[in-house]
Amino acid sequence: MTQDEMRALVLAELQRIAPEVDGAALDGARPLREQVDLDSVDYLGFLVALHKATGVDIPESDYEAVATLDGCVAYLLAH
Amino acid sequence: MSLDQPTSIAPPALRKPQGEWAVPPNLRDYDDARRTFTWTDAARALDGSPGGGRNIAHEAVDRHAASARAGQDALRFLHRDGRRTALTYAALARATRKFAHVLTGLGVPAGSTVFVLADRIPELYVAALGTLRHGSVFSPLFSAFGPEPIRSRVTLGEGRVLVTTVALYKAKVMAQRAELPSLEHVLLVGTPEEVAALPGTHDLRALLAAAPDHPVLAPTTADSLALLHFTSGTTGRPKGAMHVHGAIVAHLATGRLALDLQDGDVFWCTADPGWVTGTSYGIIAPLAAGVTCLVDEGDFEPERWYRLLAQERVTVWYTAPTAIRLLVRAGAELARAHDLSALRFVASVGEPLNADAVVWGQEAFGQPIHDNWWQTETGGIMIANYRAMDVRPGSMGKPLPGVDAAIVERTNDEQVRVLDAPDAQGELALRAGWPSMFRGYLHDEERYRRCFADGWYLTGDLARRDADGYFWFVGRADDVIKSSGHLIGPFEVESTLLEHPAVAEAAVIGVPDPVAGELVKAYVVAKPGQAADDALAATIRGFARQRFGAAVAPKSITFVPRLPRTRSGKILRRLLKARELGLPEGDLSTLEEPAPPPAGGEHTP
Repeated sequence: MTQDEMRALVLAELQRIAPEVDGAALDGARPLREQVDLDSVDYLGFLVALHKATGVDIPESDYEAVATLDGCVAYLLAH
Repeated sequence: MSLDQPTSIAPPALRKPQGEWAVPPNLRDYDDARRTFTWTDAARALDGSPGGGRNIAHEAVDRHAASARAGQDALRFLHRDGRRTALTYAALARATRKFAHVLTGLGVPAGSTVFVLADRIPELYVAALGTLRHGSVFSPLFSAFGPEPIRSRVTLGEGRVLVTTVALYKAKVMAQRAELPSLEHVLLVGTPEEVAALPGTHDLRALLAAAPDHPVLAPTTADSLALLHFTSGTTGRPKGAMHVHGAIVAHLATGRLALDLQDGDVFWCTADPGWVTGTSYGIIAPLAAGVTCLVDEGDFEPERWYRLLAQERVTVWYTAPTAIRLLVRAGAELARAHDLSALRFVASVGEPLNADAVVWGQEAFGQPIHDNWWQTETGGIMIANYRAMDVRPGSMGKPLPGVDAAIVERTNDEQVRVLDAPDAQGELALRAGWPSMFRGYLHDEERYRRCFADGWYLTGDLARRDADGYFWFVGRADDVIKSSGHLIGPFEVESTLLEHPAVAEAAVIGVPDPVAGELVKAYVVAKPGQAADDALAATIRGFARQRFGAAVAPKSITFVPRLPRTRSGKILRRLLKARELGLPEGDLSTLEEPAPPPAGGEHTP
């Protein structure tokens, strides 16, 4: 999977949780939760959805690595 | 909703050690404390304002700033960008004086409502205590709220001053400023350039820097209005629960008895001050007790939270079921990988903490998690599991010394009957008169009056008391939804959903969720000609999220051809809920016509 494909996948899952999100307006380097209104339940649902879509396990200890869109894409590609 | 489901078998009680304690608990013997405690004695633990009267800012700040605690950290901030700053009691006294002078300088009269909409930044705390010092009323707004809940609360509360940040102002207030005519002053936290670019606002940091810092304290009494907390009911507008300066007697007493706050403690209450817990226990109680209060600006992340507990040597930790359930999910090993040896007491509030999570605390922290119970209206903890009392997992514990609780049944003549039999199920009631009891719902005297009968405050929660005096939560007596510890009024959400052009009718209920307790779910009747599909569900959810914020907006939408209503037209939310849960539907004699079961799929993310 290319970086662009992974980014599209992550955005699609994010928009399933938060349909109002405009992917083009997101800053990939800033934490997602500072830009998108996600409560704990939303955020957990997002990470679980990423796991289901990619098969990549994201343990709680790695949550900081996936906090930004860029970090998330890189993490999923690397694992 | 049917309430006669069998009670699950509770795990055995967790015994507390009886002998010597390394740090003795404030409350060692529950029965003895109940016998000897009086609120009059509790009030003696405070000073009283220098000129007489009572002011929270004096008791929580000035009293310590004039003592050996002056140089101790009152608030320790862990900023999002990783910085770690602090305000000592002396510095907090100075900053809150300046804030009070800023209000005076703007011509704000005492008794004004000051709304604060901010993340957990230092200015929020300075504004809260500075407002109280000024004799005005502090009303917090949850920063995750969307524009709609902000508008309704500022309007209802007739907010004269709003303290917020440039980012939040631009995102949530600016566009609707013209609809908030009561708002005379908007004080913004941001860079001078950012604030200068926004007409009709002031630069809070510049005003604070220029303000004098000589002592100032409004001549408030124990009965003067101090705090306005909005909460939700089944019907109508949000309710503004009014609290007085005298409530600090209960904040301090409950902080010491239920949370075991002691000299030298580092206390972390993870609740946001946008909710009552974050004000009563995230600001007032710990400062009244003279401890150091940790403030984490960031969001919940298991690893980071454990790191904070370890690094900051947190001794008392007050958090919420949703966070605990997520920590349980992350595993006790993650907790044990950190040095949590300083942690003396762990407590939870928000909604009932499930028994297995209470017990899990032993694995993770070497102690059960101590659940307690209270509401916006009670102002402080009313029923609790104490450090030295055996814990029955799943129970909310026993009433605080000075608090009388009972299970009652409302009778037809607006009186109540106390149900004394063990395990009898009824409404949880509290004998009126504790210091932090709310003194009214703003502009809604009738609604306030209906909360009381025969000298009891009726909580709207259904509960039972076992033979040994432990109380157990059963459910809500009304249709209010409790999600991640927040009360959400279905009517407020339904009304706004109806503003979406594709929505003809809407009904909102809470559905059980293992993490959040309940999640908000909407049943929607689409307007004729609208395709009731996934795309429309996503559009409506996006609309609702932007209006309410994630914490309040429905997490799922199901389209139905019509809603079940009574003959008088009231939505039968209970019936929707019973169907959702597969429970008996109960008495349907008032139903206008049999409603078909939900059609179409579930539209969850």
